[in-house]
Amino acid sequence: MREQGVWALAWKRFRRDRLGFASLIVVAAYVVLVLAVASGLLARDWESEAGVNFAPPTFIGAEAGEASTVKKLEVARPVSDYGIPDPLGPDLEAIEKSLSGKSRDQARALTLPLGGDKWGRDVLKKAVKGTETSLFVGLAAAILATFIGTLFGALAGFRGGKVDDFFNWLYSVLTSIPYLLLVLTVAAVVNQKGVLTVILILGLTGWTGIFRLIRAEYMKHKVREYVMAADAIGASNGRRMFVHILPNVSHVVLVQLSLHVVLFIKSEVILTFLGYGVSVDTVSWGSMLAEAGTELLLGKWWQLTVATVFMAVLVTAFSLFTDAMRDALDPRLK
Amino acid sequence: MLAYTLRRLWQFIPTLGGVVLLVFFVFNFVGGDPAYLLAGKIPNPETIANIRKQLGVDEPYAVQLWIFVKQILTGDFGASWSTNERVSQIFATRLGPSLTVLVPLLMISTLLGMAGAMLVAYVRGSLTDRAVMVACTVAQSVSILVYILVFQYLFAYQLGWFPVQGWGVTFMDNLLRYAVLAIVVGVAVSLAPDVRLYRTFFLDEINQDYVRTARAKGMSETRIMWVHVLRNAAIPIVTNVLLQLPGLLAGAFLIERFFGIPGIGREVILAVERSDFPIIKAVTVYVALATMVVNLAADLLYKAIDPRVQLK
Repeated sequence: MREQGVWALAWKRFRRDRLGFASLIVVAAYVVLVLAVASGLLARDWESEAGVNFAPPTFIGAEAGEASTVKKLEVARPVSDYGIPDPLGPDLEAIEKSLSGKSRDQARALTLPLGGDKWGRDVLKKAVKGTETSLFVGLAAAILATFIGTLFGALAGFRGGKVDDFFNWLYSVLTSIPYLLLVLTVAAVVNQKGVLTVILILGLTGWTGIFRLIRAEYMKHKVREYVMAADAIGASNGRRMFVHILPNVSHVVLVQLSLHVVLFIKSEVILTFLGYGVSVDTVSWGSMLAEAGTELLLGKWWQLTVATVFMAVLVTAFSLFTDAMRDALDPRLK
Repeated sequence: MLAYTLRRLWQFIPTLGGVVLLVFFVFNFVGGDPAYLLAGKIPNPETIANIRKQLGVDEPYAVQLWIFVKQILTGDFGASWSTNERVSQIFATRLGPSLTVLVPLLMISTLLGMAGAMLVAYVRGSLTDRAVMVACTVAQSVSILVYILVFQYLFAYQLGWFPVQGWGVTFMDNLLRYAVLAIVVGVAVSLAPDVRLYRTFFLDEINQDYVRTARAKGMSETRIMWVHVLRNAAIPIVTNVLLQLPGLLAGAFLIERFFGIPGIGREVILAVERSDFPIIKAVTVYVALATMVVNLAADLLYKAIDPRVQLK
């Protein structure tokens, strides 16, 4: 009978962890959601102003007072007060009708499933669309940081000597500046918004922790017998580093990748909130929270709640999944 | 010990040199020409050339780098680009408010974190332990922004227990009135990660041989936890708290900004918003220096409280 591989064994251990497995399902659900959004199946019309301004959630019901003030305002049009008919009025009405099929006020719902924002956009759709932005930024930045950290860590740990000194110097320079200050400084100087910029800033500054761990792993592995055997049969440096050693440290890489997704999702939210993140025409959880601050003072709590819940569920599930993955991949730790 | 300290101090030089190069690189090659930022909405070539001359950005890079190094050595970064206040003056006046918030915040969160960690480490593996750990993960997954927004809305705006924001004149007024809610938010945010981290420190100690020996001698569990385990687990905790300090100095900017506390963090965020590069440059370099000094201090302290540690 064939021995079970290390990944199959890890998967077996992982399946036994009920909490970890449940969180994997939640993470998978989010990924499916993001794929649906990216392919245009969901939340494509998140920008449409579907409801009245600050439409409350459906389970609360429309605010009676607000609806009546809207009507009153309609009656007391300043133009009609002077007895002069609006010369463009009928034309505008006709244009609006031909554009939407019905008049503008009719089209706007009084309530939305989980409420509306300042312009009456559906908060649920915004949160779904924001999931795409936030998860994509987190994943892409984490992949970039892991790639850099692994490459530098492998070089430093395997080559040692001058190469090691150089990368260690780079490491101590970057880590002597607090992470958020570094990110903010770069963001201030680059002064360019957008998904790509955020990914680059987070990825290029956030690789230090991964570098440290991978470097230690490579130092440990390069003196092991299987690497020396590979050297003896004439495997090149690059081959030993990335074909022989890398698979043996890949569990560390994987766990770090997962940890950094969570870290970068949280960082993106703060960056966007401060106005250095994704641009105004995209929505992310950070931009929703930025709007929610002032809304809260008006008593409109739904955008804050929806964005927080969407983020908290994903981040919690991702963290629990990471913990379970680490336990499954490295059984000695427990 | 002295030789070690001197060697570490000697290592500051390349690292600090790297920080200077990094900051210089970021500001000169990644960012745009600062003269265009300063010249305002309708710049003309004369104004721009004038500003470039004033800032020294028309000089060769080597000269500019030398100017920057001189600024660091003399501690004179010139004046803020937006308010014309001396950068040194800004630092001197903003440090107090920052520390008024940060020192009590660190003390309270460390004590609470240690108490919580000791409690869950004592009942390790039980349902309580697992439930608290999951609760910590959930609490950590909520953005700090949400904590600030909700606490400020609830406790200051709705209930009126604290001023929404602001800063007073006397120290006691600041500490007991204006800083309280900021400290509460800070503690709420840092409690969950602290409990998780400190729990691992306690668990490391609980499985040691000396605990088994103490138990075999017939000591009570309370005495083992409070006398033996706590004192050993406190070593990594103390150094960890110390290491957090420089990061917090700049990292507490969200709290300082929302509660209107005129500290270093708020100054950083204002500088970032106004592209006020002299301040950002100064903060980056000095915080980096502070981080290195604190790292060294933490290592020395570690050695002082735990004689088993070998410094190399």
